[in-house]
Amino acid sequence: MPQQSPSDSTLFEKVWQRHLVRDESAETPAILYIDLHLLHEVTTPQAFTELNKRGLRVRRPDRCLATIDHSVPTSAPDADGKRHYVTGQARAQVETVQRNCEEHGIVLHGWDSPNRGIVHVIGPELGATQPGMTIVCGDSHTSTHGAFGALAFGIGTTEVGHVLASQCLLQRKPKTLGIRIEGELAPGVTAKDVILHIIGNIGIDGGTGSVIEYYGSTVRAMDMDSRMTLCNMSIECGARAGMVAPDDTTFDYLHGRPMAPQGADWDAAVTDWKTLKTDPGAAYDAHVDIDATHIRSLVTYGTHPGMVVAIDEAIPSGESAESTADALEYMGFQAGKSLEGEPVDVVFIGSCTNSRLSDLRAAASIMKNRKVADGLRVLVVPGSEQVRRAAEAEGLDRVFTEAGAQWREAGCSMCIAMNGDIAAPGKLVVSTSNRNFRGRQGPLSRTILASPLTAAACAITGKVSSPQQFLEADND
Amino acid sequence: MTEQSRNSAAVIHSHTYNIPLDNIDTDQIIPAQFLTTTEREGLGKFCFYGWRFNADGTAKENNPLHDHRPDRQQVLVTGSNFGCGSSREHAPWALLDYGIRAVISSRFADIFCNNSLKNGLIPVTAEEQVIEYLHKHPDSMVSIDIGARQLTIRDYGTFEFPLDPFSVFCLTREIDQLDFILQNEQEISAHEQRYGK
Ligand code: SF4
Repeated sequence: MPQQSPSDSTLFEKVWQRHLVRDESAETPAILYIDLHLLHEVTTPQAFTELNKRGLRVRRPDRCLATIDHSVPTSAPDADGKRHYVTGQARAQVETVQRNCEEHGIVLHGWDSPNRGIVHVIGPELGATQPGMTIVCGDSHTSTHGAFGALAFGIGTTEVGHVLASQCLLQRKPKTLGIRIEGELAPGVTAKDVILHIIGNIGIDGGTGSVIEYYGSTVRAMDMDSRMTLCNMSIECGARAGMVAPDDTTFDYLHGRPMAPQGADWDAAVTDWKTLKTDPGAAYDAHVDIDATHIRSLVTYGTHPGMVVAIDEAIPSGESAESTADALEYMGFQAGKSLEGEPVDVVFIGSCTNSRLSDLRAAASIMKNRKVADGLRVLVVPGSEQVRRAAEAEGLDRVFTEAGAQWREAGCSMCIAMNGDIAAPGKLVVSTSNRNFRGRQGPLSRTILASPLTAAACAITGKVSSPQQFLEADND
Repeated sequence: MTEQSRNSAAVIHSHTYNIPLDNIDTDQIIPAQFLTTTEREGLGKFCFYGWRFNADGTAKENNPLHDHRPDRQQVLVTGSNFGCGSSREHAPWALLDYGIRAVISSRFADIFCNNSLKNGLIPVTAEEQVIEYLHKHPDSMVSIDIGARQLTIRDYGTFEFPLDPFSVFCLTREIDQLDFILQNEQEISAHEQRYGK
């Protein structure tokens, strides 16, 4: 690959430069080439309709990868092999993406694929997500793939159509925000707590217009699953994308995956990927320092992901008192009180934030040989069918079911609650997903975001609880 | 893609419709339960659904959102960080179908802003004090001149607002953005060859 990078540039700039079909000017945005286009059933039908209406073909079906995840049931098929969709419309949506992919020669990981799963889980798992790529998807959590040093971001359906037809996107060059995270995490504190801490710190619009690069010793020490959790929620502070420079952890993860380069191509790729890092002299447009040693297990108390507290910490009355009061009224919580001990109705462990094997292992480490609290509904939903098989091979499914939790098939499930996995009005859900917006998990449902360890602790006690008590008990 | 609902009129004259809340996310604009559609039309009835209707589908009583007059109030005035969250383009589709042609906020979320412009829904960024004035004077008469990037509030003043020049160009001249990209076919092919893909 040609080296265009001038001596001092950021990781983002290097990836950006390599993909410029045409640079931006005052009048026109840049035309950016897209290496990988991920597709799912919800945000693509209208784009294909438009393409067909214009008589256009998909330019590079080989650069597309599709799955079904949002509208699909996560219950097993019935005895006749029939899947029970929440509505006929949900079924029709899945059938539409199947038909569109077939007509345009796009590989779809549908019901018959052993690799089906949440779009942001299967891309990395298959090795389709690689350092230095540009990756888009009609989905805001596309930022997940930035964990590999790719420039990955969500787009709307009109833009899905642009990429299908041209493999390109019109883009204004975003700004960069460097977030340096230093220090060792306390026991039981995870990447989820780190990103909640960051969003709470810089605010839910703190990253607007920017691509974040996460770096520092804490990030280096994270495995790929954790880096994906970190990048996944970049959008929750308004950032266009999150990125981590690739290193040996990245290469080890990708090595041997089916869509990753093989043999001599692999060696050449790694040599190139090693250049994908921010040069010492390069500057970000803005910069934030995070001391990771002080981060504790966090939960959200309000109706957006920036409203975070430690589990035993009092809920603040907030800067803009009015909207905090409004959020607290919706949640039924009180400023000045902590959430610890608050009775929980549902626990959801899943979503593209926290449904990979290490997340399930973490939850299982607490639920092993314990029982879910009486009356509590607990759903464990693996991010992909591959994750499901791997978890079952380790016996994690039995840990969950013996504890009294439901073990389901892969999908978005209660993260977006559009497939029938839904919390009833007023119910309080502790969820490992990424959004606690009003009604996100069902009309009038209430969501507390937390790590898989915290969610598992809540599942056992039936109340908002810290995972540390269980870690200590298990170490005794 | 076709920027279907593009404004042929480059100036919007309308009264305002006010929702004085910060951080209105796209899940509020259109909840996920309505995203199984494969169409882009007819989503206005689901706009702000959770705020207008009870869980059983009956209308919430005494809810100011029911007073929206789409014939008269086509400019939504709201709090900051409008459109955060999900990238669903169903949000601008729903707003347009609900009768909204422009939104005035102190800050817009990136993807929402992008999606809106591609559909001819105009995001107008204004200073906090202007927004405050508009919230104190609901149903104000405003004019939004897209070409000149000017917001005029009757009895108050005229303000410039930022809008990506390329989007203005496309909106006012009815240029199709996909056609614009496809005109660069040679450069796209050259890029593919250069990178050996
Ligand atoms: S798991 Fe949730 S956030 Fe992730 S892609 Fe699915 S719906 Fe979106």
